Amino acid sequence: MSPSPASEAPAMNPRSYLTEPATGFRSWALTRDHKRIGVMFLVATTIAFALGGVFAMLIRIELLTPGPTIMDAMTYNRLFTLHGVVMIFLFMIPAIPSGFGNFLLPIMLGAKDVAFPRLNLLSFYVYLLGATVALYGMIHGGADTGWTFYTPYSTTTVTKVVPILLGAFILGFSSILTGLNFIVTTHTMRAKGIGWMRLPLFVWAIYATSIIQILATPVLGMTLLLVAVENAFHWGIFDPARGGDPVLFQHFFWFYSHPAVYIMILPAMAVISEVVCAFARKNIFGYKAVAYSSLGIAFVGFFTWGHHLFTSGQSAFDAGIFGVLSMFVGIFTAIKVFNWTATLYRGSISFKAPFAYFVGFLFFLVFGGMTGVALATVSLDVHWQDTYFVVAHFHFIMVGGVIMAFLAALHYWFPKITGRTYPEGWALVAATLVILGFNFTFIPQFLLGNEGMPRRYFSYPERFWALNVASTAGASVLAFGLVLVLGYMLISLRWGKVAGANPWGSRGYEWETPSPPPVENFEGTPVFTRGPHEYDEEAVASPAHVNAVPEPKHAS
Amino acid sequence: MNDLLRRLLFLPEQASAHARSVDQLHFFVIVTTMIAATGVFGTALYFFVRYRRRSEADVTPVVKPTAIHEALFIGVPLAFFLLWFAIGYPQYVSLSQPPPGAMDVYVQGKKWMWKFAYPGGPSSVDTLRVPAGRPVRLLITSRDVIHSFFVPALRLKQDALPGRYTQTWFQADKPGRYEIFCAEYCGLAHSGMLGELVVLPASEFDDWVADQRRGLAQAQDSAPSPGEPVRPASSVVEEGRRLSAEQGCLKCHSVDGSRHIGPTWVDLYHRQERLKGGRIIDADEGYLTRSMMDPGADIVEGYQNVMPTYQGKLAPPEAAAIVEYIKSLRTSAVPSGPSEGPVYEPIPRK
Amino acid sequence: MQASPLAHHFESLEKQTHAARLGMWLFLATEVLLFTALFAAYGVYRFLYPEGFAQASRSIETWIGFVNTLILVTSSFTVAMGLDAATRGNGRRTALLFAVSVLLALAFLGLKAVEYSHHFQEGQLPGRFYTFEGVQAPGASLFFALYFLITGLHAIHVIIGMTVLIVIGTRAGLGAYSAEYHVPVELAGLYWHLVDLIWIFVFPLIYLI
Repeated sequence: MSPSPASEAPAMNPRSYLTEPATGFRSWALTRDHKRIGVMFLVATTIAFALGGVFAMLIRIELLTPGPTIMDAMTYNRLFTLHGVVMIFLFMIPAIPSGFGNFLLPIMLGAKDVAFPRLNLLSFYVYLLGATVALYGMIHGGADTGWTFYTPYSTTTVTKVVPILLGAFILGFSSILTGLNFIVTTHTMRAKGIGWMRLPLFVWAIYATSIIQILATPVLGMTLLLVAVENAFHWGIFDPARGGDPVLFQHFFWFYSHPAVYIMILPAMAVISEVVCAFARKNIFGYKAVAYSSLGIAFVGFFTWGHHLFTSGQSAFDAGIFGVLSMFVGIFTAIKVFNWTATLYRGSISFKAPFAYFVGFLFFLVFGGMTGVALATVSLDVHWQDTYFVVAHFHFIMVGGVIMAFLAALHYWFPKITGRTYPEGWALVAATLVILGFNFTFIPQFLLGNEGMPRRYFSYPERFWALNVASTAGASVLAFGLVLVLGYMLISLRWGKVAGANPWGSRGYEWETPSPPPVENFEGTPVFTRGPHEYDEEAVASPAHVNAVPEPKHAS
Repeated sequence: MNDLLRRLLFLPEQASAHARSVDQLHFFVIVTTMIAATGVFGTALYFFVRYRRRSEADVTPVVKPTAIHEALFIGVPLAFFLLWFAIGYPQYVSLSQPPPGAMDVYVQGKKWMWKFAYPGGPSSVDTLRVPAGRPVRLLITSRDVIHSFFVPALRLKQDALPGRYTQTWFQADKPGRYEIFCAEYCGLAHSGMLGELVVLPASEFDDWVADQRRGLAQAQDSAPSPGEPVRPASSVVEEGRRLSAEQGCLKCHSVDGSRHIGPTWVDLYHRQERLKGGRIIDADEGYLTRSMMDPGADIVEGYQNVMPTYQGKLAPPEAAAIVEYIKSLRTSAVPSGPSEGPVYEPIPRK
Repeated sequence: MQASPLAHHFESLEKQTHAARLGMWLFLATEVLLFTALFAAYGVYRFLYPEGFAQASRSIETWIGFVNTLILVTSSFTVAMGLDAATRGNGRRTALLFAVSVLLALAFLGLKAVEYSHHFQEGQLPGRFYTFEGVQAPGASLFFALYFLITGLHAIHVIIGMTVLIVIGTRAGLGAYSAEYHVPVELAGLYWHLVDLIWIFVFPLIYLI
């Protein structure tokens, strides 16, 4: 199907995955359609994000005054732990890969589904199970260890850590299953004409993410299990009184958790590559560099975990190795930033909401990334470690990077997923609020870190007061912007204007099928003759794929 | 210039040469970042305007990068990153190489206080006194969970690990008072684990140490030396009260009957305490003293084994003073009704 | 049982088989990494407490470990023979050979149970439960903490493997597979070989050095 020209009135696809093969709870609960599973993940992770956001607002309100404001210390300690656990394990890790990845990956490969559809459904139920176990732990008091569970505090604290550890362990399996599915799908289910050098850049980054998911998550699983065993039975694995080494936990934990941050940012970069090409209506500048840099981040990212241990009493030699390697990881991000910016050169830029979020993303990734490099210059980290500087750095990447990309994805693919459009005016207003609010929330935190305010502080000396108030004010604006997005998105689900197959005029493969897509994604078996981001005169003359004769049905 | 940037970035004062050099690197990194960011955003902004979409039928040329592009995109950032590492790493290494002759101070972090001890000299809680202009080596450990000794003004931080000593060192330039924070989450009162670094002029510091050592020596002796007033019995309780506050006992034991981290001291003397494991003991002088020296031996049911030992930290007369203080903490034994005859306390059987 | 094993979303049986194999190998990689974490912990603590670990290792009964190794290797062999039978379309022979493997695995678990009961009696237990008089060097209780974790996790995987063999073996016996299509048998075999391979690493680490 060609990109819809402006003259036709757009029509909703009457035979989309939303209504076929059936509607009703059972057909969704037992679905094997990757699109439905993707939507369910999006809904679940968005709810988790809202929960984590509520925790964040409560934290910021508490920090409005130097002493107790609305809660006591124990509650506060539990809240920041839960904020971290919910945001990271229930939202950041699964949202873009299991949500958008599930929906788009097979379509972008010209396939009918992922390699293992039943495993895909299983990954969703495992996610729900893990979330439930973690929620149970939260309701019954919740841990107060911070999401990093450092021993020996986490093995000796009176709060209940084990349910949350088990919840995270189970969630890890969901992550592994998704990663496994995506790798096999990318290797074995590409349609004819889609070689590795014609893969959409979204696929490259999701593929790199999946590699990290399957290699790093088992180590986290084992580590969390060891902490749970130690907490329950005190076998001495991390207890110095019994010969154990508490810093060993830190090595194990960060061996996963550093690659984990790349699990979070790579899918965001995946989205941005797609959005930049579509809204600048231009071929990416340096396809190979952008594609390979995703693999580079995944690979080098495994060797940098020690930069979380610069002040943990490790040898200077260790610190040197990890510091240098951390510098190299920053280079791959720099390549992407330069290439995305260069893509705009001689492009045709349309400043819609997804592009607005790209602008925010660019701004925040540059500063978030540079402060990451700054943290890796070992001596600076001695001052900044465990202060609000680090908090600001990772929020710049996770909120400024991942959330911007998530919102960009939400707006860009909303027509594809639902067949409707959202109100562009409101979207730009919300984007402005989100970007401005974000700045006012986290730039003060860089300065607080410079001043020396440590993280996870319930009360603080008065000289930190003004910046904390500024940060909370910004957070309120950010929260308001996000609520606004939720509001008009929900309304558009029901009352949005019908979008038609390709309202953006994008050349991505997924736009060459109706919106919302049919169950089988394409009519018949597609054969691709062009790359996915080609906007030159010759390329736009025809669609990127042709449909082979539909194949006869066979038993499944 | 240094001071302008320091204030702009909200950095605390620079209390040592190390802090100054670290800040120099900081400024280098931040200025470069700002310039690079301005470059990127400026370019992007220019592109947004110059290449805005004119019509829905726009097509764009294919622009391929040349080798020089990728070389620059990779080479320039890498050069800066490695340069910053080359400046910062030696600074870090120098923190692990205290100069010979540095004065040692033992630092012990525990929930939720800092204890400092000078070899052969005094010890203190939460206040670290050091001489200006002389190198000081810190030997840091923890009594329970991981803490982190952080002095922002020195740009100094080192984790306090249980079961191990970590070390770092500093040389404060001039007299002053600086904040000490705990920078590794350690539980309920993590944000209350504050200390103060007091940098004294070198001669003043020497005098203070000498004074302290004299006072300690006196406290070790059981008999008062000539010229020193004999302590009247009534002020032993007062002495005990003072010591309990100084030694940090009152951070965990309340004197008003409320339950805190440790059992309350009100009516503790001769209380029939139920221990972990079910045994019931009488909290007499022996038990109270034992609890100070070997707290893990007989733990009261319902409490955690978190009390540190005061073996070697309290001279026997000091421990006795605390016991006397505890004995003095009783709720009123006078009932409000009619008198019921004399109150008789039998001598407790062993 | 079905007209064709080809799933609707795959172009051809060949692609489907390739995908199934790739998926299994990736899954095996995750299992290896799970154990790697434990082996890494073992390595670190062995380095820190060489004497304690060596003494503790000598104090456990090597012959049980040795017999168990023989049992597992034999069971891998019977599984491989079962796959061979499947490639010839002989489902019943596959079922029989898989049943033998399951019985061998049961013997393995039985011997492990005997071994564990000895440890309980002797007081060779982790952490604060350690009361074994024979070895009092530092690190001994850590050795047993890791011993129970590693062998316990492995035993769980033996049970999972047995379940897989029972299910696939039964289906093979009922004629679900043929000489043309027997991929599930192949995958089951792969998983069992991994379980065996992990033990090949565990045995020298725990019993021999």
